[in-house]
Formats: sequence, C-alpha cells, structure tokens
Amino acid sequence: MRIAWRELRRRPGRFGVATAILTLIALLLMFLGGLLDGLIAQSTNAIDAQRGDLIVFSSASRESFLRSRIDATTADTVRSVDGVAEVGGIGVVQLGARVPGNGPRDLAAVALFGFEIAPRGVPGIPDRGEAYADSTLKQEGIRTGQTILLGPARTPVRILGFVDDTNYSGQGALWASLDTWIDVLRSNRPQENLADGTVQSLVVRVEGSVADVAERIDLATNGETTSLTVSQAVDAVPGVKEQRSTFATIIGVTGFIALIVVALFFTLLTVERTSLYGVLKAVGARSRTLFAGVVLQALVVTAIAAVIAGGAGLLLDAVIPSGALPYQLGASRIITSIVLLLVAAVIGSAFSLRRVLKIDPASAIGSSS
Amino acid sequence: MSTDRPTDASTTPSDRAMGLALHMEAARKVYQMADTEIVALDHADLDVAPGEVVALVGPSGSGKTTLCSIAGGILSATSGRVVVGGVDISNFSQKQLTAFRQSMVGFVFQSVNLVPFLTARENLLVVDELGRRTGAAARKRADEILADLGLTDRAGNLPAQLSGGQRQRVAIGRALMNDPKLVLFDEPTSALDTRLGEQVMGLIRSEMKSRNIAAIVVTHDERVTRFCDRTVHMIDGRLDGATPPAMAQA
Repeated sequence: MRIAWRELRRRPGRFGVATAILTLIALLLMFLGGLLDGLIAQSTNAIDAQRGDLIVFSSASRESFLRSRIDATTADTVRSVDGVAEVGGIGVVQLGARVPGNGPRDLAAVALFGFEIAPRGVPGIPDRGEAYADSTLKQEGIRTGQTILLGPARTPVRILGFVDDTNYSGQGALWASLDTWIDVLRSNRPQENLADGTVQSLVVRVEGSVADVAERIDLATNGETTSLTVSQAVDAVPGVKEQRSTFATIIGVTGFIALIVVALFFTLLTVERTSLYGVLKAVGARSRTLFAGVVLQALVVTAIAAVIAGGAGLLLDAVIPSGALPYQLGASRIITSIVLLLVAAVIGSAFSLRRVLKIDPASAIGSSS
Repeated sequence: MSTDRPTDASTTPSDRAMGLALHMEAARKVYQMADTEIVALDHADLDVAPGEVVALVGPSGSGKTTLCSIAGGILSATSGRVVVGGVDISNFSQKQLTAFRQSMVGFVFQSVNLVPFLTARENLLVVDELGRRTGAAARKRADEILADLGLTDRAGNLPAQLSGGQRQRVAIGRALMNDPKLVLFDEPTSALDTRLGEQVMGLIRSEMKSRNIAAIVVTHDERVTRFCDRTVHMIDGRLDGATPPAMAQA
C-alpha cells in the first residue's frame, strides 16, 4: 500500500492520462445529473416548493394539478379530518403574458398560481391583481413594479418581486391569491365556470403520521380525493418518471464507461508491472498487498478526477445564466456521482486482480536459465 | 560436502540439517506437461553451511533456477526434503512459503530488481514493509547496511540515478534486510563489466562471511567461482557427482 501511494506521489505523470479521461467522464456524469435535476426542477419546482406534507387531488384527476377540482364541501371535509393541521387551496392556470416593452406576439409563457399557504420563498399572499414572479421570468423582460397582461382577456397583474426555483411545467410561475387566480381564470377561460370556493388541489399540513392522515382524508371523502406526499406529487407530474429513467440509463452507461476506463488502464499498468510484482512477491509480498495497492491507486485517481469534475460542474452552474439551460447541480448530485465513480473504480480495478494473482514469484528468478 | 547423500543409516539427517543453512535431500521437481513429465530437478542433495558461499554452475535448462527457487521457498519440491535455517519447508503451503521468504531468505535477481520510484533506502525498507513492519528498527538496520555497502551518500537516490554496480549493491542490501539464513544470487554480475563484477563478488563474499550467512550464486561466469568456497555443477536436473538413484539402488 505504501509503495502504491509513493508511486502516485512520485510519478503523477503516469496517472495523468487516466486522470484526465476520468475527469471528463466525471464531468459528463455530473453535467447529465445536473441537467436531469434542472429539467425536473423546471417542471416540478412549484409543487416541491409547497410548504405542506400532503397534496390532495380529486380522484378523477389522476393526480394532475390541471385536471383536479376540489369543491368547498370536500375541502371542509378534509379540514375536519383528525391530524390535519392546516389546509390551503391551490389553483393554476397556464397562459401567455404580454410584457411591456416586448413585441405584441412575444408572449411569455406563465403559470399563474393562486394559493392560501405561501410556498417556499414567497413572502405572503399578495393583494388582488398582484403577484410574485419566478426569477426565470426576468429573462422574458419582466421587472418588479411592472403590470403584465395575462391571456386573451389581457387581465392585468402587477409584479411585486421575484422568487427562486418555483417553476411549473417549464413555465415561469406567478404566485397570487386565490381571488386573483379566479379572476384571471374567469376572464380568460369562461368555459371553466368554477363554482365559488372550488380550487384545484389542497395543500395539507399534518400533525403526526403523514401516511395515516393521507389514508384518513381519502376515507373521509369517500374516495373522492387522492392524497399524495409532496415528493409523490412531484413524481406524478407527467414526464418526470420517464425523464428520470432515461437519464438514469445514460448516467449508468457513463458510469460503466468509467469502469471500463479504470479496468483497462490498471490492467495495462499491472501488465507493465509484471516483473516488478514478481520480484516483490519473491521477497515476500502477498497478492493481497499488491492488489490493495492497485485498488488504492484507482480510488485516488478517480477521487481526484471526481473532485475536479465536481468543481468544474459547480463553475458551470454559476456561469450558465438561470433559465438559459435547465441545469442545476447540487451537493447531493455531486456526492452521488462521486460515489458512483468510486464504486466503478473498485469494480474496474478488480479486473486486474486475476493478473496480480497469476504473477509467479518464480518469474523473477527464471530470467537467466 | 555438497554431494554427500544421507545413505548412511547411522547419521540422523534431522539433527545435521538443523545446524545447516540449507539442507536439501533427494529434492525432486517434476512438471506435468500434457502427457509428458519433465524432471527439472532430479534427486538433488545439497548442504550449505552458514557463511559458506557456493557457486552453482551449469548450462541453461540444467535446473539451477529450479534448485534456487526451491531452496528459496518460491517453488515447493514435488518430493524430498528441504530445510532452511532449521525450518523444514518441504510441506509448506503457499501462504507459509510467503511468510518464510519474508523472514528467512534473501534474493538478488539478475534483471528488473529495484523498485524504480523508490530511493535506495526505501528499496531496503520495502522488505520490512512487506513483512515484519518493525519501523524504526528497520530504518536503523537499513542505514547500517547502506553504510556497510558504502552507499550512505546514495541512500536518497533513485535507482535511475545509480550506476549498475551501485544498483546491485542496493539489491544485495535489500537481500540482507531481513537477516536471512540464506541468500540466493541469480547471475549477480551478468550486467556488470569484469572490474565491477569482481568488486561486487568481493563484496558479496565479505558480507556473507562477516554475517555468517550462506549464499548460493547462480552463474555462467567462471570468474565468479573464484570468490566462492566451492562450485557445484548441474546438468539435466542433477548435481554433479550425484549418482542417479536408480543406479545407486542397483
């Protein structure tokens, strides 16, 4: 082990190529992970930002915000369920917004939410006709204090300020009161014809076991509602599962490539070291010691590559302007990527185990006669 | 004598073997290749006393390497008895042989020898790191050996910064690190010119004598044998003078 460590320190150039290739692979891995997280965040952040434990949909809606409708009676039933601490209605309408200063056909895609429990980052419930905007809408030219016009009816909404990471379905979110939401909806979607007090979903804060309360709510409403935890609701957004599995496959393949690179490189190194290992075995080195050295080197090289890539990935995250690319690299993604790479390094270096075992100490002494 | 075979029933080989650095008795090594048996070592008997330097001479393929490998615990004999420094290794497992090599024998090889990215001193310490891990004691011993070999001012140099003679001296130092009973030299002078070769052989002889360590020197070179106490010839897996067992029994 000490010999392997000294080799790393004294001959870093030997491991340079492998480190460089692994750094690129690690960066690709983190970039893919960042893209996945960014894409999912763009379409689900609005749900993720809800400060509740459960989101209650109407059963017929198949867990879709857009299709779900919950009337005042059902909301009252939910409110009365044991363990429910707070209930807030929520509704959303997706529209084009006319932004002052932009061309008449240059509409910004927005999703206006009406809420009762303020989501993460939103300071409070705005007055009628006012809203907070997601910061990605700055790209569309929206500024604080402006009044933008929503939909074909051109319903005016004044922008109070910006909040981060609250987008829905790839559209910039606007956060307003339920009254504003109803106003905008009735003006632009008269066919919706919602009864007073009807919302799309309920955000529920729970005391005690979340799963138990979810079950009790759905029982109390005679199965008219489906209660999901916030993370279940995120997964229920159309396309999220598919995006996850697609990216997981690409990430897995990338990890496999890292494994192959480690396997090839260290097998090559082992072949190159055959005679040296023969000598070391003759003077008493166990195969285990030599193999541990190979694994150590693979782990160190991979860890260095992963850390460099993590730094570069964070730099990318800082450099890419928000909204330009759905890319979001967080600590957990970096850590998972590093762990994946280290596992690949261990498995990859295991390919040289057979060669290390096969090296015969007699080869050291057999060269002369 | 090397060719003494324990044919006399009155001598007890066990007692005699204990005092020797190497006692090899009817050692035989057979390789199975498909249907044919290849006898690499044929009933070899060899005794080497502590401090004795023995030259092992013979043509290529005569079994010198096999004999050395068996004496050094790298290979195990198919049959026969091998006792090194009072330890009977005839029936040792691979694991036991590895431990045995760590503590009882030293090797000096012909070619690729030193770890290229370690200094002369660290090359000596490798033996300790792979084996007993005595730390400070090993460092002290390494410094003493390097001083004995005249390498003190080279201790911090990498093998590439040393001359061929110096490298071979470092290899000798490494072989002495574990305070062995027996050191096996595989053509130690083949890569050196005559003058350096003689220097190295002189050094080997004086080190072995002063430390009372036995040595077997495999060589093609007649100039080397002058530095040895006696020369043993090998041919076709047999040591010279040894009568094939079949004939002895007849």
